[in-house]
This record gives sequence, C-alpha cells and structure tokens, in this order.
Amino acid sequence: VTIVIALTVAVLYATGTYLLLQRSVGRIALGVFLLGHACNLLLLSSGRGGSPPFAGATAPADPLPMAAALTAIVITLGTSSLLLALSQRAFLERDDDEVRDDLEDRRIARGEVEE
Amino acid sequence: MRWLLVLHAALAVIAAPMGRRLGTRALLVCALAPVVTLAWAGWHSREVIAGRPLEESNAWVPGLHLDLTFRLDAFSLLMVLIVAGVGLLVLVYSAGYLDETASPGRFAAIMVAFAGAMIGLVLADNLFLLYACWELTSLASYALIAHQDQSRTARSAALQSLLVTTTGGFAMLAGLVVLGQRSGSYTLSALAAHPPPLDGAVTAALLLVLAGALTKSAQVPAHGWLPAAMVAPTPVSAYLHAAAMVKAGVYLVARLGPVFAVAAAWRWPVLVCGLASLLLGGWQALRERDLKLILAGGTIAQLGLMIVLLGSGQPAAMGAGLALLVAHAAFKGALFLVAGAVDKSADTRDLALLGGLGRRLPGLAVVAVLAAASMAGIPPLLGFVAKEASLAAFTGATLATVVVGGTLTVAYAIRFTWRPFLAGPGAPAGGGGGGVAMTGSGGPSGAGGTSWTGGAVGVPGPPEVSKPGWLLFLPPAVLALAGLVLGVAPGLLSPLLDAALRALVPGAPPIGLAVWHGLNLPLGLSALTIAAGVTAFAVSERGVWPRRRLPPAPEVGRAAVRGVVIACARVTGVLEPGSLPIYLTVTVLTAVGLPTAALLWRWPGASRPPLAESPLQVVVAAMVVVASVAVARARRRLGAALLLSTVGYGVAALFVIHGAPDLALVQFLVETVSVILFVLVFRAMPERFRPQPMRGALPRAAVAVVVGVFAAGFAVLAASARAEPTVSRFYLARALPDLGARNVVDTIITDFRALDTLGEISVLAIAALGVVNLVVVGRPPRRPGVVAGWFSTSTVFRSTARFVFPTLLLVSLLLVTVGHDAPGGGFAGGLVAGSALLLRYLAGGGGEARRALRVRPVPLLASGLGVAVVAAASSWAEGRPLLTHAELDLRVGAVGELHLPLSLGFELGVYLVVLGFVLISLRTAGGEEVPSAAAEPGGAGAGAEGGAPAVGANREAGP
Repeated sequence: VTIVIALTVAVLYATGTYLLLQRSVGRIALGVFLLGHACNLLLLSSGRGGSPPFAGATAPADPLPMAAALTAIVITLGTSSLLLALSQRAFLERDDDEVRDDLEDRRIARGEVEE
Repeated sequence: MRWLLVLHAALAVIAAPMGRRLGTRALLVCALAPVVTLAWAGWHSREVIAGRPLEESNAWVPGLHLDLTFRLDAFSLLMVLIVAGVGLLVLVYSAGYLDETASPGRFAAIMVAFAGAMIGLVLADNLFLLYACWELTSLASYALIAHQDQSRTARSAALQSLLVTTTGGFAMLAGLVVLGQRSGSYTLSALAAHPPPLDGAVTAALLLVLAGALTKSAQVPAHGWLPAAMVAPTPVSAYLHAAAMVKAGVYLVARLGPVFAVAAAWRWPVLVCGLASLLLGGWQALRERDLKLILAGGTIAQLGLMIVLLGSGQPAAMGAGLALLVAHAAFKGALFLVAGAVDKSADTRDLALLGGLGRRLPGLAVVAVLAAASMAGIPPLLGFVAKEASLAAFTGATLATVVVGGTLTVAYAIRFTWRPFLAGPGAPAGGGGGGVAMTGSGGPSGAGGTSWTGGAVGVPGPPEVSKPGWLLFLPPAVLALAGLVLGVAPGLLSPLLDAALRALVPGAPPIGLAVWHGLNLPLGLSALTIAAGVTAFAVSERGVWPRRRLPPAPEVGRAAVRGVVIACARVTGVLEPGSLPIYLTVTVLTAVGLPTAALLWRWPGASRPPLAESPLQVVVAAMVVVASVAVARARRRLGAALLLSTVGYGVAALFVIHGAPDLALVQFLVETVSVILFVLVFRAMPERFRPQPMRGALPRAAVAVVVGVFAAGFAVLAASARAEPTVSRFYLARALPDLGARNVVDTIITDFRALDTLGEISVLAIAALGVVNLVVVGRPPRRPGVVAGWFSTSTVFRSTARFVFPTLLLVSLLLVTVGHDAPGGGFAGGLVAGSALLLRYLAGGGGEARRALRVRPVPLLASGLGVAVVAAASSWAEGRPLLTHAELDLRVGAVGELHLPLSLGFELGVYLVVLGFVLISLRTAGGEEVPSAAAEPGGAGAGAEGGAPAVGANREAGP
C-alpha cells in the first residue's frame, strides 16, 4: 500500500458512509457504489503491486486480492442495481424514494404496547 | 424405539390435511399411535418386568453427547402405559367432544405430537434427548391451551404456561449439563449408577434441575399457570393433568430422587414445595365454583404429594408414590372427562347452576362418584390403596401435613360431586349464593375469585340437559372402572409397580399393596381424613370459607408474564427505533469499533509505507478523491451519477497502475453499465434530491470521518501485517504447468477458487430476481410521461449501433475464450455483451434492444447458472470431486486438435449469468417489464416498441 492509496481509500469510505446514512434510496445506492470502490481498493492494496500477474512475469503483482476484487466488483453492481430498483419502485408508489421511520417501531418505542 | 417417535411425528404431519377431509374422525385415525404404542409396550412388558430393560442407542453427534439413547425399564414402561392409555382414551373422547368448527385436524396434529413428545420423554435415557422432549411438551401444551378460545385471557394463559415452564426448562438444562460434566456421562442410567460427588457445583445443579421439575409440575410458588391453563379444551386438560406435561416433573423427580435424596439441597425443596402445594392446592380447590378449577387445585395438591413421596428416595414412600401416580392418572383423567361431558350437556361448569344430574344422567353420575371416591381415598378403590401406603410411609410433622392434605382432598371430592350430581335440582345455593354464570374461560386463576360477586342476581333454574354421546361417556367410564378393579385387586398392578420400584431403587422390597392391612395407624388416619373431610365440606358449604377473601397466594404467574412482555417491549424500543439511518449508524460504528478495540488491545505495529508507486498514481488518486467528495455533496441526481462514473474510471486507472489489467477491464465495463442504469432510473425522478435537514448532516459527517480514519489505518496495518503471500506464490507457480494457463487471476476465478465464483454468480442471479420482483410484481399502473423511453431518434446512431453490435458480441465471446491467457474471462465478456445491448437500447429503445437479442432474460440467467453447475459437476462423471480440473481433447478433422479445458464451460456460465443480469436491469430500469412466461419475448416486430405513448412523450421532450 502507499500513503496515497490509503488516503484515497479513507476518502472513499467516508463519502460512501455519508451517503449510506441518508434517507434517499438513490443516494444510498450511490454510497454503496462508493463503498464498493473503497473495498476493492483496500483489498487490492493489501497485496504487492508490480507487473500484471501472468505466468513467467518478473516481479508480478499479487494475484489473489485481484481475483477477490474482480468478483466483488460485479457483486457491487448487483447490490446497487437492487437498490436502484428499490428506489424506482418507491418512486412509482409514492413519488419519492425516501426511507421513512417505521411507525410501528416508533409506537413500541413510546411504550404503546399490547399485551 | 425411535420408530415410535417417527410414527407419532408422521401422524402429526398428516393429521392436519386429514382433518380437512375427515373432520373429527381424524382424531380416531390418530389414536393409532397410542394403540401401537400400547401393543409395543405390552409385547415387551414380560421381559422388562423381569428386570431386563430394553435399550437402543443411535449416535448422532457423539462429540457433544447428543445421542438418541432410549431405555425402556419397568418405570418407563409404567409411564408409557399411562401416557398411551390415557392418550388413547382422550383422543377417542375428543372425537366426540370437538365439533367440526374447532379445526379438529390441527387439534389432532398437536395432540399426537404432544403424545409423541411425552413418550420420548419417558423413554429417553440421554439427558439432552430428555430435555428436547421436555420442551416439546411445553410447546405442544402452549399450542393446545389457546386452541379454541382465541381471547386475550386464553392467549395470555397459554403464554404464561409457556414462559413459566420453559424458564424452568432452561434452568433444568443448565443443571443437566453440570450433572453430566461432573459425572462424565450424559445418560440417566449412568447418572443413577455412578452419581457424581456432592460438591458445590452438583448442589447448584440439583437446585436447577428441581426448578425445572417443580415448575413443570405446577408446584408452589410456580403453580399459577395450571389453573390459568383451564381455558384449554377439556380433553387437553384431562391429558395434561392425568398423563402428560405435569407428570413430566414427577417423572424426573422419581428418576433422580433415589440418587440425590441424600443431599439437603434436594430433600428440602422437594419436601417444602410438595407439602405447601398439597395444602394450598387443596385449599384452592375448596374455594372454586368451576368444576375444572376444583380439579386443577386438586392436581396441584396431588402432584405435591407425589413429589414428596417420589422425591424422598425411600423405598416405602416411593412405592406409595407409584401407586398414587397410577391412581391419579385414572381418577383425574376420568373426572376431567366427566367435567367436559357435563359442560357439553348442561352448557355450564358452574357449581351454583348445576344440580340433579344424578337423576338425569345416572351413568355419568356413577362414573363421577366412583372417580371422586377414588380421589378421596374411599375403600375399596385404588386411591384408597395408594393413600394407605402413603400414610404408612411418613411420620411426625410430614405425616400430620399429609393427613390435613387428605382431609382437604375428601372435602373437595365431595364438593365436586355433591351439588351437581347428588343433590336434587334447585338445591339451596350455598356460600356463593350468586347466580352469576361462569363461562368456560372465566376467572383463570380463581385466587381472587372473580365470580364471587354474590348478591341476588336471580337464580336461574337448572339448565337444560342433553344426553352426552357414547364417545363422551365410555372413556371416563373405562378410567373410573380401572380405579375400581385395580383397587379391589391390587395384585393385578403389583408386579408392574414392584418392578418399577426396583428399576428406581435397585433391590427394593415389594410394595405390598392391599385394601385390607388390618387395624393399624394408617387405617385410623384414613378414617379420620374421611370424617374430617365431610365436616370440612359441610362447613365450607355454609359459606364460612369462600366469603372470606384470602390474599392470593404468592405465585410466579401473570405478573411475571406481564413484566416479561413489558421488558421485551422496552428492549425492542431501544434496539429498534424504526429509523434506517440509526440502524446503519449503529452497524457501521460496531463494524469499526470492534476491530479498533482489538487493535488497541494488541497493537501489531506498522511500518511506514511509501508515498506513491508513481507520480501518475498521485494525479489519478486526487481525481478520485475530488470526484467522490463531489458525489457526496451533489444535489442533482444526474450530476451525482456522472460524478460517480468519474470515480469508477479513476479507480480503474488505479488498478492499471497497480498491475491489474483484468480488474481494470471489468471495472471499466461495470462503470459503463452502471452509469447507464443510474441515468435510466434517475431520469424519471425530480432533478434534485430532496434537501436534507441540516440537523442530521453533522453527525453523519462525523460518523463518515471516523470510518474514513479507521479505513486508512486499517489499510496501512493490513499491508504491513501481511508478511508472505504464500498461496499467491503457489498460484503463480502452478497456473501454467497444471492448467496450461497464463492468466493467473483468471485461473483463480475459474479453477483454483471456482467454488467461490459459483457462489458469486448465484448472488448475482438472486439480485437479478430481486430486481425483477421489485419492479414488476404488483406494479402500480404506469403513469404516462413519468417512465418513458429515453433514447436517441437519430437514424445514424441506430444504424451504427446495429452495425457494431455483432462485432461487439464476437469480441465478448473472444474475451471468454482468451481469458486463460490474456485479460478477459466470463465477467468481462458478459459485460461487453451487455454493453452492446445497452448501445442498441440507447439507439432505439426497448424494441430495438429486444430485436437485437431474442431471449428471455430470466431463462438466460437460469441457463447460465445451469451451465456453470454442469461444468463444475462434470468431474463427478469420472468419480472425482466437484470442480476438478479436466480437459477435453477433440480431433477436428484436418484442422487439428482442439484443446478445451472444462473451465471454459464454467466461464460460459458466468458469461450468461452476467449477460442475463444486465438484460434484466436494463429492461426494468428502462421502464419496461420483463416479459412473463406467457408474453412473447422477442416482441412482435415494431408493435412492441416500448409502448407508443412512451415514444411519443419522448419525442416531445426529445433532445
């Protein structure tokens, strides 16, 4: 890892988390994508850099984190597509894609319970 | 013996569907289980009574002492006969008691499961098997208590019984674990043969086990649940009291009594709780007006006496306890079934309303009197024989208490029979005097006597009485008759009881049951209890006792249940405030906090990393940083999507700099696909995100900074913690010689770690199905203009897209085939093919995209998974494990040899899954539905052009 990459990872994590904590599902999907980038960079940076890992390469980069990150990229696409679909559905139902508080949970928290 | 349990379970499974077809006759079919059990027990009885127990052990998880170990000794045989015998009669009775509206199938299913659990409990030798059956009986009775009556009272009574008995059960489990640990064996038989030394741990364990047994048997102070459970259908009450559930506690006390009665921690709780229950239960029974509640009080009392007798470990007392166990099963079962029959024919169980049944239902009255006389201990019934034995077993204060208890028993036995059956109709209403109708579910505990309102509400005449059917009469008659026959001729029972006693206390002398022992102290005391009991009843009828309200006995009951419910609500309220940002904040901070704590606990140390690998890295990283901050601050949706793609392309560039061309290729393609998806979804929404209140921005930013700092520290530490990448070296060294492949990353994905990849494409497929469900299923009617096609109408663009499309598909397939030697592979290939489709969509809308590739997306996805699985499993054909590397060599005429690794099939599967995923996302995000199985996938030419209004709307707003 290099200091530059560590800082980049930090900023990606921070911005991704910030978006994750929003109420709009669209922004949450953006955040998940940023977090995906952050995780992939973090994974990759745990291995040594170098020339592409092909058989016979001199000083090849570490191939294992790459394989892990490669599938993770595609899975990130899968999860954020799901969130996008959620956002789309929410919008079709009631014209915004914000996650509101669960009223039932609120009632329980206020102590209005049935035995 | 396990097949017995399997039989019960199987009948329980088919009972519910059977009930829908056969109605209450399903109960008679379920009676097959106890019949088979009785036959089986009878078949083995000779050998078992001779002292040769039947044993069976099936190892399950030996390392955890979880074995299905069964043992049928004479005591278990006795219990099996009671459980199955009473169970059979109760099931037959239920067929007459329940009507078709009471979901007889469900009732039969739970009832037979209940019986199976009880059979398992008394046959279990392994402690954990015993515990499992123990809890199953609690669950079954929970489900049965509120079977018919769905009122709040009934539900809370069921919940109370569940909470009280399972809390005791947990305590018992802990105790059993300790006992097993200390004795080194987890079977009852080994525990009895080699008891552990009585040290502190074992003493605590005994108290815990007793807590389980005493709560299960409804002993003071945990007795409250049993009267409350009277809301159950009466056959359930009969079974619960006579044979199952509460008898489980007695069973365990009898098993462990002879082993642990030497310990004071065992002796005193057993004695105190048992005698207190004897007195308190009898007292309560005298104050009740509901027939069932009288019996419930009596059960608490009788169980108390049994616990004292069987827990004492003394052979004489235990023999008396065994006799009482049998007698109680017979008379209590009969009395409950009689109460149910009375309830059915007179439509009430209220003492104040009943009367004169002796003349109108003489048969039932004889049964009731016979059973009640056995309960009171009148010669020559079995109850008398048992009472004689128990009076002979004690001395001193214990004896005096038992005499008082016997007096109360006589009094409430008369109370049960006098006014309903023996006194004439319109007999003077005694102490209570009130004519308040008492329904079956009223006044669950009776301690306060909610129905004793007194006053002249107007005493209605005796209710109309209909004659109960044979099914309601025969079962109690059989039980009452058994009490008479076995009382007159206890010799019929003696061999079994003597053998049972020897099974518990090896070498114990015969019990010597008889109706006539000569003129001795027990006989005198017995006569005393009868005389005193009659007097006590007469006094209580004058209304001296019931009017005086006693404070309710201290009970672990409804208050505790309410407390538990409130506490649960509090905890839930704190843990689940109902706000997604709060949940995520907690999750994120936990994910960061725990590793940080671990790192601070043992600091690994880190070396200072270099600044950068190249100047280019600094430039690209700066671009990524700026763009990602801009995404977080973006107010416009489309702007955010475009900025996000900037981040993605930047990260791809960083991959290239690091030396990961495969990764970069996939990242570029994913970025292309995802930016289009984002734009397609966002275009239908307002231009800007709704502004967030400033109040929450600062805490969010603070959490974000904490996560970022942690991530940076973690990156540095993780890199310096990783000393030697040994596995990677192996992959680098073996890829070419073993697999003939040069691209090491690709070999990891499709060969070395192919199982992981299989999992990952499954996740992708599931996500795609989730997308379909979210967008298509139960979809609200599409609003014109909101989700419209958004594509170019340029003919040049469309023609170009059509022209390059085949080329792109070829490239995508090429990427799949070269993956082993060059950057590429299934993921990249699938994404290229998907991008080609996106291009067609952008150039001409959904119809154009469908014309390009006439496949249904969901079958495409499924076939992809199928191809991958088949390729992975093909090595099985040669008898080798899943995903073993193999190659297929084909001679293709003059062309030469074709060299096909099977992992190519795997790559193809990945390719198809990714393509299917992109197709689904495109169609849903593009405002089109995935065609259902019925719809024509290819779209009939131009007719399916994404809907005419969509195109029209787009043209108006078109660029």
